[in-house]
Amino acid sequence: MKLFSTSGRGRRVGTFAAVATVVALAATGCATTGNGGGGEAGGDGTSTIAFLPKQLNNPYTDVVLGGGEDGAKEIGYDSQVLGPLEASASAQIPFIEQATQEGTNVIVIAANDPDAVGPALQTAREAGAKIVAFDSDTNPDYRDIFISQVVAKDVALIQLEIISEQIGGSGDIAILSATATATNQNEWIKFMEEELESNPDYADIHLVAKVYGDDDADKSFQETQGLLSSYPDLAGIISPTTVGIAAAAKYISTSDYKGKVALTGLGLPNEMREFVKDGTVQEFALWDPAQLGYVAAFAGKALVDGTITGAEGDTFDAGEMGEITVGANGVAIVGPPTRFNAENIDDYDF
Amino acid sequence: MATATRSQWIRRISGHDAVIFYILISVIVISMVSVNYFASTLTVGFLLIQVVPVLLIAMPMALVIISGEIDLSVASTAGLTSAVMGVLWRDSGLDIGTVMALSLLIGVLCGAFNGFLITTLGLPSLAVTIGTLALYRGLALVVIGDQKVASFPKELTSFVLSKIGNTGIPVIMIFVLVVIAFFAVLLHFTPFGRGLYALGYSPQAATFVGVRVGHAKFWLFVATGVVSSMVGVFLTLRLASAGPDNGTGLELTVIAAVLLGGVSIFGGKGNILGVVGGVLLIGTLTYALRLAKVPETALIIVTGGLLVLSVVAPSLIAWGRERIRLRRVHQNFQRQGASGANSA
Repeated sequence: MKLFSTSGRGRRVGTFAAVATVVALAATGCATTGNGGGGEAGGDGTSTIAFLPKQLNNPYTDVVLGGGEDGAKEIGYDSQVLGPLEASASAQIPFIEQATQEGTNVIVIAANDPDAVGPALQTAREAGAKIVAFDSDTNPDYRDIFISQVVAKDVALIQLEIISEQIGGSGDIAILSATATATNQNEWIKFMEEELESNPDYADIHLVAKVYGDDDADKSFQETQGLLSSYPDLAGIISPTTVGIAAAAKYISTSDYKGKVALTGLGLPNEMREFVKDGTVQEFALWDPAQLGYVAAFAGKALVDGTITGAEGDTFDAGEMGEITVGANGVAIVGPPTRFNAENIDDYDF
Repeated sequence: MATATRSQWIRRISGHDAVIFYILISVIVISMVSVNYFASTLTVGFLLIQVVPVLLIAMPMALVIISGEIDLSVASTAGLTSAVMGVLWRDSGLDIGTVMALSLLIGVLCGAFNGFLITTLGLPSLAVTIGTLALYRGLALVVIGDQKVASFPKELTSFVLSKIGNTGIPVIMIFVLVVIAFFAVLLHFTPFGRGLYALGYSPQAATFVGVRVGHAKFWLFVATGVVSSMVGVFLTLRLASAGPDNGTGLELTVIAAVLLGGVSIFGGKGNILGVVGGVLLIGTLTYALRLAKVPETALIIVTGGLLVLSVVAPSLIAWGRERIRLRRVHQNFQRQGASGANSA
């Protein structure tokens, strides 16, 4: 009990310590600004581009952002990455507000929720920012252009094709997705479900479960474990998320299901290499995510320069990627997905 | 007020909540001087609208923690409210006012369920609300699934985001002030509120002096439920999107702010003014550090460190003072012993 009883004076000393800490922290923040300020002063009048991924510290995101930073460098913009540590609907809003406050010229965003970021993006546009959505679209009302790596339907279909090849065209399959509200994952799943119903080639394939690993490695690992024990006859799992497929591969590779249950989806070659080599996974798909960020940066510049407005038929120069044409609803496509397997996986490093 | 003696005034201007405000003011001044873009009305608007959910839930949460309990299910209650509100609006054909009113009922039910388990069955609130944290979030997913409802009236979203004139202060702050005033009066100026402090110190003693312990706790949990539902409605309108994941992680920010505001995690201690200061301090510090380009990971460490400090510092200092006092007593004792030997 004595340990927790405090006199007025003790408390004051405590709060003094807290003040000191805050001042020290603020001073650190101050020093950081000092450096940033120096950079800005050097590049006076430089346009700025802010990248807002769904969440930070996600390996896929890192590659996309790497491409984005390369693109920003080529177009001569100052770039910065802002974002939450967890991918929830509203977590991105403070970062949109921050970018707005800083007068950023271009905000490139992968939305956790197509509508939740809307009002904040609206405010940003009123302040003069151009909005480029990439990876995961916002409601089209709130952005100027959406850069999509591939046509969503192609991504969905290639995963179905691969799983169908691996399970010999018949059997029960399950989907291990990211969060239940992720825009892109849900769109792919919708296309897969439609295709399973309508395409006679897939008449013998049954989707028996959809589970959500929330893009958390541990949760995805457990969801895989749960799937395999609740559906003993499961022939294959599709995981349209890089975190999910890696976690699922990790579980399957150490279990009796290795080689018996097919696993495919969207994965990063660097994370999946060992599982392809040990036979857990035969083939999976993905695009080169770096291209996504790269093209988004060029689209942002074209919007700022006024060479495009995001209308259908607009074309803009995208550096190494050549000229890109904006399609219907302001969507610009970068390229088709790639299949990765034991033969080609060593050609990729991301 | 007029009768306050000099020492009372000194205590008032050097107490924990006062010091929190001094820190808050220093953070604001330092940020205005050293952080680019901080000194603007945009900051006032963005910052206040960001802290609204925390500020609202922190009010009943302070009372709950003062009474020696905790409620971890608040963010999930907000999420469930948002989900129900979305489904009602999409499917029921009721007008938005009725939908909002019905959504607040969710908070009453969630809170009453927590309260029932805690008071009637006598279960610890920590265990109960860890359970309902998952339960309510799960129910939210069941109610609305992986859908989102985004067709809310645009005027409501613009109303929630509207500002009072050129001040940058969101109109919604008027409502928040009413809620703060309600809980401040309840805690500091009613027998019920004073009873909560007694309850926090010792439920047995509180029972002896006539506090209806179960009754008090039950209504506190209903209060956190209702306010969490208000936050659910607020978030839904602010985001123009109803979904099961609205408000994720809010419970920890709220508890951190309440503790930083001087409420003791062991119960029995704290006041509303300090809690308001704690919420604004965490909010401002986070905002300023983000603008100053401190990486998000470092930011978590800062806020986490601050929290640990605010909880640990009083205990550590008390322990240190006790050590010094003991040593002094010991020395005095020895000196007396030595002089006693000389005189002999």
